Order: sequence, then structure tokens, then C-alpha cells
Amino acid sequence: MLDWSPLWISLKTGIAATFFCFFLGIFAAWKTMKLSGAKKAVWDGIFTLPLVLPPTVAGFFLLLLFSRRRIFGNFLYQTFELKVVQSWLGCIIAATVIAFPLMYRNARAAFEQLDVNLIYAGRTLGMSESRIFWKIVLPTASPGVASGTILTFARALGEYGATSMLAGNIPGKTATISQKIGMVIQDGDYLTAGVWVAVVLTMAFGILFLMNLFAGTGKRSGKRW
Amino acid sequence: MCLFVNVQKKIGTFQLQVQFESQARRIGILGVSGCGKSMTLKSIAGIETPDIGKIQVGNQILFSSAARINVKPQKRRIGYLFQNYALFPTMTVSQNIAAGLKGSRQEKQERVQEMIRKFRLEGLEEQFPEQLSGGQQQRTALARIMAYEPEMLLLDEPFSALDVLLKDRLQWEMMELLEEYRGTVILVSHSRDEIFRFSEELLIMAQGKVITYGKTKRIFANPGTREAARLTGCKNFSRIHRQDGHTALARDWGISLHVEQEIPVGANYIGYRAHDFEPVWGKRRKNCIKVQVGGLSELPFERNYYLLPERKGGEIPEWEKNRTKIAEDISELVCWFVQKEKWSRLKEKGLPDYLELKEEYMMFLE
Repeated sequence: MLDWSPLWISLKTGIAATFFCFFLGIFAAWKTMKLSGAKKAVWDGIFTLPLVLPPTVAGFFLLLLFSRRRIFGNFLYQTFELKVVQSWLGCIIAATVIAFPLMYRNARAAFEQLDVNLIYAGRTLGMSESRIFWKIVLPTASPGVASGTILTFARALGEYGATSMLAGNIPGKTATISQKIGMVIQDGDYLTAGVWVAVVLTMAFGILFLMNLFAGTGKRSGKRW
Repeated sequence: MCLFVNVQKKIGTFQLQVQFESQARRIGILGVSGCGKSMTLKSIAGIETPDIGKIQVGNQILFSSAARINVKPQKRRIGYLFQNYALFPTMTVSQNIAAGLKGSRQEKQERVQEMIRKFRLEGLEEQFPEQLSGGQQQRTALARIMAYEPEMLLLDEPFSALDVLLKDRLQWEMMELLEEYRGTVILVSHSRDEIFRFSEELLIMAQGKVITYGKTKRIFANPGTREAARLTGCKNFSRIHRQDGHTALARDWGISLHVEQEIPVGANYIGYRAHDFEPVWGKRRKNCIKVQVGGLSELPFERNYYLLPERKGGEIPEWEKNRTKIAEDISELVCWFVQKEKWSRLKEKGLPDYLELKEEYMMFLE
């Protein structure tokens, strides 16, 4: 009998990480967009770094930060009794950090494509900046934000490198599908690995299918050729 | 309401430097693309911030670099009609109009209904902007601004996105819709027709600076400078050499001009509108250019002749020798535009021998 816990752990992690990335990514995109010059380059670099770094390197830094033998990790444990390393919280944090650039970059691209006159029009009509954001910017940029969200979810779902370093591979607790596959392959259990691979493939295709469906609802849908 | 603007802004190598003061209700700003017209409007609306200067409407200072005042666009109550209308694409016509409104749902609803009626948008309430025609989009954008009751209205090239067939009707329509609006309206355009129809006072801009400012009719009659004359649609220019108060040599046309009026001392050019020539057959009269056939372009209701002034004996006159250096931008072709009702005379008599310049239409320019 197959233990389905990796599926649930992966899904839970994916959903939680996407939730955090959604707000953090949009917020970061909105703020970075208003910067200019060197400041923009620095912040954009920091926000995009997890995308280009090997996940194990990101995992290394996270481990340094959250280990209970270090200041911050110790502080979290002492004050809030939060245990990040070797816990499900670690899964979420690793997935959030790794998937964050996808949300950030997609949201920013969507915001930058926005006709800036829409924002100006909102201002001259007396709309507050936050109202402009929620009523004009976000709805208009929603196709880009939606595809960013889906990609973020897909990335968070399959996170391996940083997760294995920060959260470890504890069956029923932090063992995600990706980690499970790695583990059973080491044991030479190709059958179980194959089942999980099929699950992952199905989900990945489903996600891409959904994304294309979303992207196709705009006015540029339909055949162009 | 008095509008006072004196601002400077530097963007790259472009320097905007605008100063004017006006009491007029309808102000036009004329200039080619990139001359700083829109930048001026955006500064007034608070979308762009000038480097230094002051903007004041009535008693309220909207911007003052000296006093460190920069009122947010949200607080200025200045409506801005964008070139592309900037309708919110995810909102319906009704939602667009309601976007800037404050108050209870009931009040908003009533205001929107009122605007829908006034701007003849009935039946389009639930449509999205991309489903509307250009004219409907423009009315929606205007309704959205008017619902917000601005104290001043800025129109940024409002007709340039429309096709020619619609343009005339919409210009007329907009003027009718704005008829009862009591606030100041500023129209920015590169079309002299739009500006002439619309504005009481006119500001002509070039390279970021105001080159002429005054009553529209007066500026069209006497633009003062060559650049201003060109922007008001004058096609023919010649350098002049003032010989005395009533005589001048029109160097590029090779003729002497004799006029009753006093030729201003500082005048370096004469401008003459292409519609104002009088064709002359047979005997030469005063102030005539002898012309040779050049090009012709036929329009439905107008013929545009491009004629060459003829010089005696084909010799190159003294003033002509270094012309390329001085006046590359002055075309030696004389443009003569003939309205349809005069075609029959041309058909009967052929191309005239001379084009006469009437004194009352001559524009002496700096």
C-alpha cells in the first residue's frame, strides 16, 4: 500500500508558499517598480537571486539563518517556540524563498506593461494610491499575476534542494514528493518512483493547461495565424 | 478664474520653460509633437513635477518650488482627458464614471445616471471600453471627468486618435458638451483648425518655450514670428529686405513689395497664406509674383498648386547665391490653394501669369 503523505505534504507546502509569495511578490514588484536607477537594480537583484542560485546554496543560507545554534533561529525558538529546521515550517520557508522570484517577476512584468496613463487618470480623478492599486492596477494586470501565481505554485510544489537542506526528509512530516522520489531511487525502488513521477507529470501538465487557459481569456485569444 | 504658470523642467537635453498668465475660459496650446505641450499640461495637473517654478489657479497655489508646495493631483480638482482616454479596461462604462466619486452608493448612482444621460451613453452602461467606438470612448472619458466636477479641464490632443471622418463631428460635439462648463479649459493640439475653433486665447510653443501668446484671432491674423506663422498654417515665406517704411524686397520671390502700411523695422520675413493669393491674367499689377508651372495636387474640394517664381532672364540674383546657407528651410515653391468654386475660372483662362499678394493678408514677421 502506497503512503500518500508526500502528496499531501507537497500540496500543503505548495499552497502555503503560494499564499505568501502572492502577497510578498506583488508588494515587492509594486515597490521596486517605483524605484529608479541603482536602487532598483539592487532590489531587483536581491529579489531575483533565489531564481538563479542553485537551490542548495539558498538552502545553505536559510540553514545559517534559521539554525537554532544561530542568533535568529535561537531567537525564534526562545520567543515563539518556532522550529524551522527539520520541520514543515522549513518546507514552507524553503519553497517560498525559491518560488518567490517567479511571482515577483511576473507581477512586475504585468505592472510594467500597464498603461501609465491609467494610474495618472486615477490620480486626477481623486482616487487614493491604494484604491488605484486595488481597483485599477491589480485587475488590469490580473492575467500576468494569475500566470505568475500558477508558476509559483508549480515551483513550490516541486522544490527539492533548499527543502532537503532546511527541512530534511522526515517521512510523514517533511518528505515531499520530490524528496520521496530521490529516496526511493536510492533504494532502487523504481516502481514507487514511477508512480510518483506519474503523479508529478499529471499535476505539472494540469498546471500548464490551466495557465494557458487563463492566458487565453484576454482579447488576444484565438488563432493569430 | 486666473491661471498663472511659470515652470521649468529639464529632461535629458530637453528644457521646458513655460510662462503665461490667463483669464480666458478657453485656452489653446499649439505646437508640434515633442515641443512640451503635454508636459505643460501634466505639470498643471500634478502628474509631472517641474524642477522649479509656480503654478497658481485663482487663489490656490498648486505648485511652488520656492514655498515647497506641491499639491497632490488628487487634491487639485483638475480633470485630464488623455490622448488615449485612459479608460479603465476592467471596468464598465458606469464603473468608469463612478471611479472617482465619493459619497453613498445612492448618490454615486444618481450622478452616474445623470452623466450617462448628459453624454448620451444610454444603453452602453454595462459595456467595457474595448467594445466602444472612438467617439463613445471619448464621451465616456469626458463623462468620467465631469462627474468628478473639476475646476479646470485639460484636453491633451483629444482628437488625434480618431479617424478623419469622425473628427469634425466630434470636435463640434465636444464644444457643445463643454458649452455649459464654467471652468477653464485648456486644449493642447498640433492641429491649427482645432485650436482656432476652440480657443479664445492661444499659446504657441516650440522647443519647450512659449513663442507667442495672445488672443487666438489676433495671432492667426498676425503671428509675429515665422515659427508662429508656420504653426498657424502659413505656407509661403520669403526673406525680406526692408528698403524704406513702405517698400521691401522679397528676396526669395524676386519681387519688390509696395505697401501703404508701415513695414515694422524688425521684420525679416514676409508670410503669406496659400489661400489668399489673387490670380492675375495678362497685365502685371502691384505686388505680383510671376509664376511658372510647378506641381499640382488635387484634393476633393481644393487644388494645391506648387509654383516656381520666375526670374528675369534666368540669371541668379545676388541674394540667391548664398541662400542655401541662410534659409534652407524656406522653400522657393509658392503654394497656392484654390477652393472648388474658383476652378471654373481657372479652367476657362488657364493658369494665371501672376499671383497677386493683397496687402491686408501680408504678414510681416520677425
